[in-house]
Amino acid sequence: MALLQISEPGQAPDPHQRRIAVGIDLGTTHSLVAALRHGHSVCLPDAQGRVFLPSVLRFLPAAAPHRSPSRQIGWEALQAQTQDPANTISSVKRLMGRTRADLQASGVLERLPYTVVDGAGMAAVRTVAGDISPVEVSAEILATLRQRAEDSFDAELYGAVITVPAYFDDAQRQATKDAAQLAGLKVLRLLNEPTAAALAYGLDQAAEGLYAVFDLGGGTFDVSLLRLSRGVFEVLATGGDSALGGDDYDRAFADALLLRCGHRGHASELPLAERAALLAEARRLKEALCNLDDAAQTLPFAATLHGQALQCPVSRAEFDAATTALTERTVAALRRVLRDARVTPEQVQGVVLVGGATRMPALRQAVATYFGRAPLTDLNPDEVVALGAALQAQQLAGNPDSGEGWLLLDVTPLSLGLETMGGLVERIVPRNTPLPAALAQDFTTYQDGQTALALHVLQGERDLVQDCRSLARFELRGIPPMVAGAARIRVTFHLDADGLLSVSAREQSSGVEAHIEVKPSYGLSDEQIAAMLQEGNASAEQDMRARALRQAQVEADRMAAATRSALAADGALLQPEERAAIEALLQAQARIRLLDDAAALDDATEALAQGCEEFAARRMNRSIATALAGQNIDQF
Amino acid sequence: MGVLPEAGAVPAGAGEASGAAALGDEISLRADDYTLFALPPGFALDRAALEQRWKQLQRLAHPDRHAAQGAAAQRLALQWSVRINEAYQRLKDPLKRGAYWCELQGQSVGAHDNTAMPATFLVQQMQWREALAEAGSAADLSPLQAELEAERAQRLAALQTAIDVQHDARAAAQQVRALLFIERFEQQLHERLDRY
Repeated sequence: MALLQISEPGQAPDPHQRRIAVGIDLGTTHSLVAALRHGHSVCLPDAQGRVFLPSVLRFLPAAAPHRSPSRQIGWEALQAQTQDPANTISSVKRLMGRTRADLQASGVLERLPYTVVDGAGMAAVRTVAGDISPVEVSAEILATLRQRAEDSFDAELYGAVITVPAYFDDAQRQATKDAAQLAGLKVLRLLNEPTAAALAYGLDQAAEGLYAVFDLGGGTFDVSLLRLSRGVFEVLATGGDSALGGDDYDRAFADALLLRCGHRGHASELPLAERAALLAEARRLKEALCNLDDAAQTLPFAATLHGQALQCPVSRAEFDAATTALTERTVAALRRVLRDARVTPEQVQGVVLVGGATRMPALRQAVATYFGRAPLTDLNPDEVVALGAALQAQQLAGNPDSGEGWLLLDVTPLSLGLETMGGLVERIVPRNTPLPAALAQDFTTYQDGQTALALHVLQGERDLVQDCRSLARFELRGIPPMVAGAARIRVTFHLDADGLLSVSAREQSSGVEAHIEVKPSYGLSDEQIAAMLQEGNASAEQDMRARALRQAQVEADRMAAATRSALAADGALLQPEERAAIEALLQAQARIRLLDDAAALDDATEALAQGCEEFAARRMNRSIATALAGQNIDQF
Repeated sequence: MGVLPEAGAVPAGAGEASGAAALGDEISLRADDYTLFALPPGFALDRAALEQRWKQLQRLAHPDRHAAQGAAAQRLALQWSVRINEAYQRLKDPLKRGAYWCELQGQSVGAHDNTAMPATFLVQQMQWREALAEAGSAADLSPLQAELEAERAQRLAALQTAIDVQHDARAAAQQVRALLFIERFEQQLHERLDRY
């Protein structure tokens, strides 16, 4: 007979109950996965010992008819990029949640070394294997990292915190979540990249005060301002440019190199293969020049265009001159964020640099000049985002010994509002509002006898509807007929700790209500995700069943352990019959635990959770009431 | 079936101190902002105490701190965390705080309830609007900007007197309405400055 194990309250009874959670930096040029090992956040290497995974996926023609096309990912794909640019997808992060028209408007389209077409919900890449959604490419990268982590721990992953640029809007965030779902990853949180870096820094260095994080990645640029005090990370303001990154420096440099060699025209006008080769050479030279101490020292540039060999010496001073405008754009964004937070550069105690592109000396100099102090570079700028994400993953996985001492208070990066008469946007949630939040505003009808109201939810900083991103539309019907302006309709925007938005509208006199969970129209539909999942290499059915059972058992054990420790600590809050009811649910769950039936066990766990709701409410109210009574709540 | 107008909503009464409605039945969730933050009701405020209290309360209530405790605890934590942020945002901003104090005394500041402003202030508004319309450069706007700043500072001081010394909600509500106008007008001015 199996004996039930009972452990100390608040402690995980056995290591299998520990949830394995990782942080993933899904980057434009490369991606990383990190996790906590022996209390320290570390990047997990692949079998060859490399922590970077180039964010590149190559599709090869099918070896035979009716065979599915094969794929290469990471380093292998990167090597093939110059010889097969059309089928090698890089910088896919720039395409996430974007239509082809968006990409054209922002100038990204003409700079990509592959063909972009209109796809389902967003742009797609045309390859030998058909049109591929950016979500699928990101899912492949995430699945590879998930596999790496599972191999590393020899255990199932509970979930991941995935980082995104602070400036990503809802469509881009949703696309990232869709990719994770496709990769079989549970998303614990999408965390803003600069915030992740600040977490890693703050917890590693025990920093205090006002910090700015300057994050220039391959394709995105973010700035965040945080205040760190006694383990609380408060995001004050965040901003940036979702269409500016290290890639842009490569392109500006490539154009300058062509000009230097007397070639008329831009890199973007070259055929795909030549363009890819030129960009690769520009990048290689950029990195080499940035490692030189002397800005005037030259290195040879060589390329072949239309069968004609180009050659010239080039210095870092020339690289700096060709990219000054880009660096100025980053400083302008920096200024805006500080203005938003009403902070002067002198008040900032430290500047953290994130992203490989911040290795450029001219950029470092510009940042140092703006703040009047040299930036901090103690942690590897390429790894710091993943390291921070791993720390938050550990906290959100709810492992007993994790995240005890600290808390991240994040903000919403973009304003949210409603369309009003005349195509104007009425802002309801200003950007940089602390999460979670609920904000309400009253509206009224504009015609006599109007019984319905159309609500259009928008995201962005501009005043005109056409300049903002449409997130959702819904209607409030059944308003009693009144004269124009008499109805009072309260519209409330709810944002949870994930920044997920729901909107409700309520007419005050009649109480009619309407409600919508916002899932942006740019994301993929659930059907599209399901179809992709079917097409993908879904695990064998048996595998799935075993996995489901293991997950159900882990969840069941955790819930049971949490309940027992709550009973031990606060059992006094319950009447004897209430306590008996909870004990009965615990015993029922323990019996079903022995049956190896995942669905039944999930039901029993859910029943236990529901049975404990009132108890949980009393416990939390008491702890807050104690705090309200003026006790020192740092003890909690 | 009724035909909807092309666009939906007309804003009524901007700047209202309306927050999320009832979040729960617990007495403590319904405590007013000042009680929640253990601060004396009024206009003058210890900013450092507000910040510290906010962080203390969020440390206690934020859903991320309850990740191990199941869905019920998460939902409750979310309600608390939202309520704490709502009160924090309202107390932090002098105008919202002033308006909230008035509402606690039963004096609404909603523009739709009472648009009456003293005639002298209406004349001043017209003069400012003209000055903004006639300005041709950023330099032209700096006297106007200075005047607005001075007016703002003076009215904030008057608001503090009305609340903390005279306990006069009607007078305070009038100052809040005037300050709301100045805030909106300054925003227009900044938008203009951004264009130069």
